[in-house]
Amino acid sequence: MSSVVATAELEAQFEATVGRKDRIEPRDWMPEAYRKTVVRQVAQHAHSEIIGMQPEGAWIGRAPSLRRKAILLAKVQDEAGHGLYLYSATETLGVSRQQLTELLISGRQKYSSIFNYPALSYADVGTIGWLVDGAAICNQVPLCRTSFGPYGRAMIRICKEESFHQRQGFELLMTMMRGTDEQRAMVQESVDRFWWPSLMMFGPPDDDSPNTEQSMAWGIKTHTNDELRQRFVDMTVPQAEALGVTLPDPDLVWNEERGAHDFGQPDWDEFWAVVKGNGPCNAQRIAHRTKTWEEGAWVREAALAFADPDTPSPGDADPATTEGRHE
Amino acid sequence: MAEVHTPKPDEHDNVYAGLLANDAHWAFGTRPEDLRSEDPLAGVDTTVPDGVDPTALAAYCLMLGDDALVLSHRLSEWCSRAPDLEEDIALTNIALDLLGQARLLLVRAAAADPAEVPILPEGSPVPDEDRLAFFRDDSQFRNVRLVEAPNGDFAETITRLLLFSTWRLALFQRLLRSRDAVLAAVAAKGVKELTYHRDFAGRWFLTLARGTTESRRRLLAGLDALWPWWAELFETHQVERSLAQAGVGVDPASLAAEVEAVLAEVFVASGVDRPSTRPGIEGRTGRDGRHTEALSRMLAEMQVVARAHPRGRW
Repeated sequence: MSSVVATAELEAQFEATVGRKDRIEPRDWMPEAYRKTVVRQVAQHAHSEIIGMQPEGAWIGRAPSLRRKAILLAKVQDEAGHGLYLYSATETLGVSRQQLTELLISGRQKYSSIFNYPALSYADVGTIGWLVDGAAICNQVPLCRTSFGPYGRAMIRICKEESFHQRQGFELLMTMMRGTDEQRAMVQESVDRFWWPSLMMFGPPDDDSPNTEQSMAWGIKTHTNDELRQRFVDMTVPQAEALGVTLPDPDLVWNEERGAHDFGQPDWDEFWAVVKGNGPCNAQRIAHRTKTWEEGAWVREAALAFADPDTPSPGDADPATTEGRHE
Repeated sequence: MAEVHTPKPDEHDNVYAGLLANDAHWAFGTRPEDLRSEDPLAGVDTTVPDGVDPTALAAYCLMLGDDALVLSHRLSEWCSRAPDLEEDIALTNIALDLLGQARLLLVRAAAADPAEVPILPEGSPVPDEDRLAFFRDDSQFRNVRLVEAPNGDFAETITRLLLFSTWRLALFQRLLRSRDAVLAAVAAKGVKELTYHRDFAGRWFLTLARGTTESRRRLLAGLDALWPWWAELFETHQVERSLAQAGVGVDPASLAAEVEAVLAEVFVASGVDRPSTRPGIEGRTGRDGRHTEALSRMLAEMQVVARAHPRGRW
């Protein structure tokens, strides 16, 4: 009986901490469902950073100027760094990077669906920076105040770097718009492809988002999907005008009464199809990550063996390995 | 422009909202206009030293610049494919360092001898470094062939990086005393970077040699595959000879003893014998523009977007 009382007390403390908008730290007591939700959300975020390296990383080798190549290399490298911090945040809850990577490649954990769309031109590098990183920032800035401490602190650092990427993306598009007609057409075509998937990044409409209510009560999530989506549209419209591109939504119009833009709905059937694995690149992205993970296994094993003083070291007059050289 | 609709800064502190604000210190103090107008050699004395043939100086800068550019490309191919995130970050970091070295050297080549720079349509805004990187054919690249081979596995990549960074670090340490202020400055920056590259590669070389039977087998196979290209790094091209005599460049043959001694230390610690494989073909080398089949294919990827837009602005 006393344990029930103790649990009730711990629960009350936890609720009070969240209620004060204070942080929950890894050694604090937390409800099991809270722990699971944080692990799920942070892991999904970490996976998104790592899978997100693929569409842009594919353009490093084709970057059309050395300056753009350096910017893109640094950006994709930052994404790997974000993945690292976020996996470290889940490690504070006792879940390892290896476990999570295995959940990702076996399809039991998800990543942001936006990366299941292909990057088809160099303009996409700019559009991903402007719209995709822009949408990510709208989602992520409130997460700097999320209730789980390690996640919130990781987000502060991540948001700073994301904002840099987003500026760089916008600047690439701005530069291309001052280039040739072909370049301007390339930018518009890219915006046409990424606009709707960017709106989908905020998740399904509020009345169709089963986890939102509990996550908001726990302070893991601080705004609803529709609130953030509206904010994103309102911020993007003047930026599109400054760029000279058209956002592909005939229903997009300023609503004086609401003090906000009205806009059309993304194709939610497409959204759910992509979430469930039927987007243009789902299989490709997971295959790439799986191949990388499997092909790196011998290197990780070698590093562990080297670090372990009890494992015998190969190479001391070992006939088997000498033979191996001349295969 | 509809500024009236731009949201005010709110409790989100959202930088996305401020994208059009054009403040003077966005994202750590770098303004878009600074990014566009960077002169990589700002503040360095760019006059060609007395008695130095500008054409030879340009060719020499291309040699050292192309080595870095081509290896940077190969290393960047690891991005999102490395054995773990730490190595992904490290390899792209090294790729970035080498890209930075390449850019300075290509800019120097173009300034020393503008005739080296490919001609594009009148009015093209493509800067010289990009004309050199993206509008030369493979036979105009002057890199050693070691850097252009496809990556192979992680062991082969590490082995190549160890060989290359050991050699280039020794070269750059001598280049610190170059009579050419630009080359000396490039070397001063590069020495720090290459010291890290050599350290990273050396640690992994040892780890793989002493890790598992499989990692050792792969490492030795990689070393054997790369060794035929090793001797080329110490062959002296006439451009290198003339610039070494002028106190501007380094004769690579003069580096052999020092570089071999460093490598020998790594080999001994790793329990690896120095291979004895000889180059299959001697004679003209990468420094003359004679390459392997791999370079043209690599450049096809690297140059495809730039070449499609010779008037493009990036």
